[in-house]
Order: sequence, then structure tokens, then C-alpha cells
Amino acid sequence: MSLITLAWSYLKARPLTTALNVLLLALGVSVITVLILFTNQLEEKVTANSKGVDLVVGAKGSPMQLILCSVFHVDFPTGNINLKEAERISRHPMVKKAIPLALGDSYMGFRIVGTRRDYATLYNAELAEGAWWDNHLEVTVGATAAQQLKLKVGSELVSAHGLTENGDEHEAHHYKVVGILKPSHTVLDQLLLTNVQSIWLAHDLAAGDTTGVIASTLVPGHPAGDSTREVTSLLIQYRNPLAVIQLPRFINGQSNLQAAAPAYETARLFSILGVGMDVLRAFAIVLILISGLSIFIVLYNSMKERRYDLAIMRSMGASRTKLFVAVILEGTWLTALGSLFGLMLGHGVLYAFTLAVTGSAATGVQAGVYYAAETWLLGGSLALGILCSLLPALEAYRTDIHEVLAGN
Amino acid sequence: MIRVSQTSYQYPGGTRIAFPDFHIPRGNHGLLLGNSGSGKTTLIHLIGGLLRGQQGKVEVGGVDMASLTEQGLDQYRGRHFGFVFQKNHLIQALTVEQNLLAAPFFAGLPQNSENAEALLQELGLEGKRQARIRELSHGQAQRVAIARALINKPTVILADEPTSALDDKNCDKVIRLLMEASTNHGATLVVATHDQRLKSVMPVSVELVASG
Ligand SMILES: Nc1ncnc2c1ncn2[C@@H]1O[C@H](COP(=O)(O)OP(=O)(O)O)[C@@H](O)[C@H]1O
Ligand SMILES: [Mg+2]
Repeated sequence: MSLITLAWSYLKARPLTTALNVLLLALGVSVITVLILFTNQLEEKVTANSKGVDLVVGAKGSPMQLILCSVFHVDFPTGNINLKEAERISRHPMVKKAIPLALGDSYMGFRIVGTRRDYATLYNAELAEGAWWDNHLEVTVGATAAQQLKLKVGSELVSAHGLTENGDEHEAHHYKVVGILKPSHTVLDQLLLTNVQSIWLAHDLAAGDTTGVIASTLVPGHPAGDSTREVTSLLIQYRNPLAVIQLPRFINGQSNLQAAAPAYETARLFSILGVGMDVLRAFAIVLILISGLSIFIVLYNSMKERRYDLAIMRSMGASRTKLFVAVILEGTWLTALGSLFGLMLGHGVLYAFTLAVTGSAATGVQAGVYYAAETWLLGGSLALGILCSLLPALEAYRTDIHEVLAGN
Repeated sequence: MIRVSQTSYQYPGGTRIAFPDFHIPRGNHGLLLGNSGSGKTTLIHLIGGLLRGQQGKVEVGGVDMASLTEQGLDQYRGRHFGFVFQKNHLIQALTVEQNLLAAPFFAGLPQNSENAEALLQELGLEGKRQARIRELSHGQAQRVAIARALINKPTVILADEPTSALDDKNCDKVIRLLMEASTNHGATLVVATHDQRLKSVMPVSVELVASG
């Protein structure tokens, strides 16, 4: 017997009430846990993926869509831009670096990106085996994509038109896997990288030849100033802080181009998501407060039923403080169980989500990570337990042994 | 063992209850007899430290109860007294064994399961260690309460109306059990009651008369 087992015995003596209180708290805590896991990971992903990209230039349309498509590879392109125009932008004095992306094809649902080597450098990608793509129709595959598609160095594949799994296949052109990347925990893990010409070739456009002409700065190996070729977008790094204001204005002034800043668009995305999250969070907090109130009511009422128990304990030598602590422990037991159960439930729900929802692997959300905020959640729940049992404990502390045991 | 002198007690708004002086020597047993309302419960609570005295002196084992601090009183109560009430007041949430071990736990004494088992056997409750309180008959529950009063090897057992609700047969059984067990464990038994039947089995230490 100890105060902890005593408190536990009282909880066990009314299993239904205890279960209800634990469940109520667990539900609230699990919702908050899922929110913590989700928002933290989303933020991490967003920061990792938009690292080093100051501005995205693409065809006119929704700037959010341009960012989602070109940085996170989740939405569809807004259209294409002329290579000649893209080259002109990339030569602007405020542009430090411009990386072209040619999108539109995929293999088994994983996107094929025609780009330059420095796109991979942006994410500090490293080769796990094989080599970087060099010639036309060579691909270097991201870690997750390679694993899920069971691709190895030397594998051949036929790309499909479109970004979904059931696009028409470009039968005539076979890609060859030349390298596999190490996991970078960025969107790169889900991509198949190749050069821009490969995408053109798959669409039956000739790759071009630079013998005797000036080569394009954006697409090495292709003649400069070719207005018959297109890319989807340009990822741009600013040369200086002044560019933040001037470059987007300059680009948006062009008739068929738009510039979108990832930092601005993701902030906008978060503020939209934030409303939903706030509603969920408020709902969870209400659940937690109700469970706290319920714990208080249950404990407070049971002090009346327990007045003889309390008086007998005092007659056996228990000090007032001991009884006080025993009741506090009972409340703490309840919230400890509720919050631990809630944390497990939260992780469990997210785990089930990653298993059940296809493509959730692509979002990179994992259930098996732990954030400091969860410790705060646990601590907060324990504090709630103490708070809710404070008044009942005071009641126990005040028990008048003489009056109770005299039975008057 | 127990000495009460010049003691009186007044409840707020009530008349003063004055108690006759008396003394119960170590190892002896004594009856506090009196009608309902005569102050028996008040007296036994004064002796057992459940109620703080106002006037006079209550000594138990040579210790003036008034000299103890709040904490000291809790500890003294736990280690030197065993209480038996008319209702058994067992803790329903605990098993029989846990009810017994609660006494040493709250008194800050080592909890010994074998001790508990031996006491249960002595009181004819073998095999009831893990039983729930609600599974016990009235008689069994009362014996568990007696075992609980004995387990800390107290010097004094204080019983308030232990037999009042019982028929003659059970009354006799319970009082004999209490006396026997107290003697076996070297404790002084003090019974407060209006139950005249007990006069024939125990010496009367004080007769209280209701004032007014
Ligand atoms: N808490 C109390 N407040 C006021 N009066 C009380 C209180 N407890 C007992 N009394 C009164 O004190 C007297 C003695 O009570 P008690 O010691 O319980 O007597 P007994 O146990 O002999 O029946 C009674 O008149 C009772 O009404
Ligand atoms: Mg009484």
C-alpha cells in the first residue's frame, strides 16, 4: 500500500467513470498531438524544400499553384514559358542563379524533372550509387522513388505523359537509370531527375546541336535563343536584397510571365490552413477542459461518499497532508493516463493515416517522431489534474474526524 | 494506562459535559457506560485524540494528550490506538488485506502481509485476504475491522458502541472476541456503550449521566 496504489484503487473501484474521464482527455490530447506532429513536419518540409529558392518564374496563373508545382511538386503546372524569354530573365543583373525545370511527365506516379545538376545541389543531394545524369534520357532517381518503384542502376523505364499514374506512355523513348540518390528528406526523394532535352525528346522535339552556335546558359548543349522550345519554370536566387522588390515587379510586367515568392506563398498557405487548425485546436481544448471539469466533479462528489474512509484513515494516523496528496494523486493518475493514452492515440492515428492514404508517403509526414511540444502537452495535462483535484483535496484535508466518526 | 482528571468539554452552543475522574490500569479493560447523549463518544474521542481537549487532563500511557502537536497527535493515534466503531467503516475500494495494511501504512509502520494473514486466521477469516469488502457478511466485516484495530499492536483499543446493533448471541460473541484479542495482544480495551448487556462481562470504569 502506498498513496499511489491507494489512489489507483479508488480509480479502479469506479471503472466506468474512470474510463470515461480518461477517454475524454485522451481524445482532446490526441487531436492536439496530431496537430503538433502535422504542423511541425509540414513546416520542416516546407522550409527544407523552399531552401535556396527566392523566386519562381513561370507561366501566368495562380502564384500558389506555381509554387506548389515547381517547389513542392504537388500541383499541376500553370503552363510553360518560352526558352528564349527564360534565358532573358536569367541574364537579368539581379539574378544570381536560375535553374530551369521542365515538368509534365511521370513514371508510375513519380514525377520526372528535366533540369540541371545544380537543382540537386540546391538540396545538398548526394549519390548513393551510380552517377549523375549526363546524356539525354539518363535519370538519377530520388531515394524514396527508387525504393518504391524498385529501380536500380541499369533499370529502364518508359515515361508517361501527365503527372498521374494513367497517362499515355511515350513508347518510343526509354529512360535509363544511371544513379540513385541518398535520402535528402526533401521533395528530391520523390523525383526522377534528368536533363531538359530528355523531356523534349519524349515529346518528339529534337534536342538540338550547339556546333558552331552559342549554347544556352539555361539548357547546356542546346543553342541559345531558341523560341521553339519551352521549360515550365525557373527557380531563381537573388543576387542582392534589392531584388526582392524589383525583380518580381520586372517579371510580372512581362505579358505572359509571372513571378511568385515561395516564402510569401507558403506563409499564405499556412494562414489558410491555420484557420482550420485553429478550429481543431479550439475543439480539442474544449474537450480537455470538459474532461478537467468532469474529473473535478467526480472527485468532488466522491469526497462526500468517502468521508468515512477519510476519517478512518486519519484515525489510523494519516495526517491531513497525506489525505490531501492522496486526492491530488488521484487526479494526476487520471490525467496522466488520459494524456499518455492521447499521445499514443495521436501517433497511432497518424500512423494509420500514413498506411491507409496512398501518396501520404509523398508528403513525408511520419508518425514515429516526438516533439518537445508533446512533453509540454503531457506536463500541461498533469497540471490540469492537479488543478482539478485541488478543491476536492482541500475537502479531504478539512475532514473533521470527530464529527464524522461520532456519526451525529 | 488511561487517566482522565478534571476533564470537561463544551460544544459550541451546548452545555458543558463534565467527566468524572477515572483511571484504567495497563492490561485492564473498562466500560464507559451511559445513556445516549451522555457524552461517551465525546470522551472516547478525547482519549483517542480524535478531539482536542479543552479543560482538564487526559493521559494515555503517561503522555498528556494536550502536549502533542497536530503531527504528533496523528502519529500517536496511529501507533497507540486501535479503533472499533458501531459501523465497521471498512474502505470498500480496497481488499481485506489492503484494509488491514492501510493501518501500518498510515501509521508509518512496516507493512507485513504475514502479520495480516495471521490476524485473519486468528479471527476466523482465513482465505479472505483478497476478498472485496462487499463480499463479506456483517459479522465477517466486523471481525476485519477488529483485525485492523489490532494490527499495529496498539496499547489501547477504543470501541464505540461495538455491540449496539447486534442481537444477544452476536453481542456476546463480539465483546468476548474483543476482550480476548485485546488480552492476547496486550492491549487495554475501552468500550463506550449504552448497552447494559455488557455490564455482566466487563468491569464498569465510569457511568456517565446525561446532564440537563
Ligand atoms: N458536534 C457537536 N456539536 C454540538 N453538540 C454536540 C456535538 N456532538 C455531540 N454533541 C452533543 O454533546 C452531547 C454528547 O454527545 P455524545 O458524546 O455523542 O454522546 P453519546 O455518545 O453518549 O451519545 C450530546 O448532547 C450531543 O447532542
Ligand atoms: Mg455515541
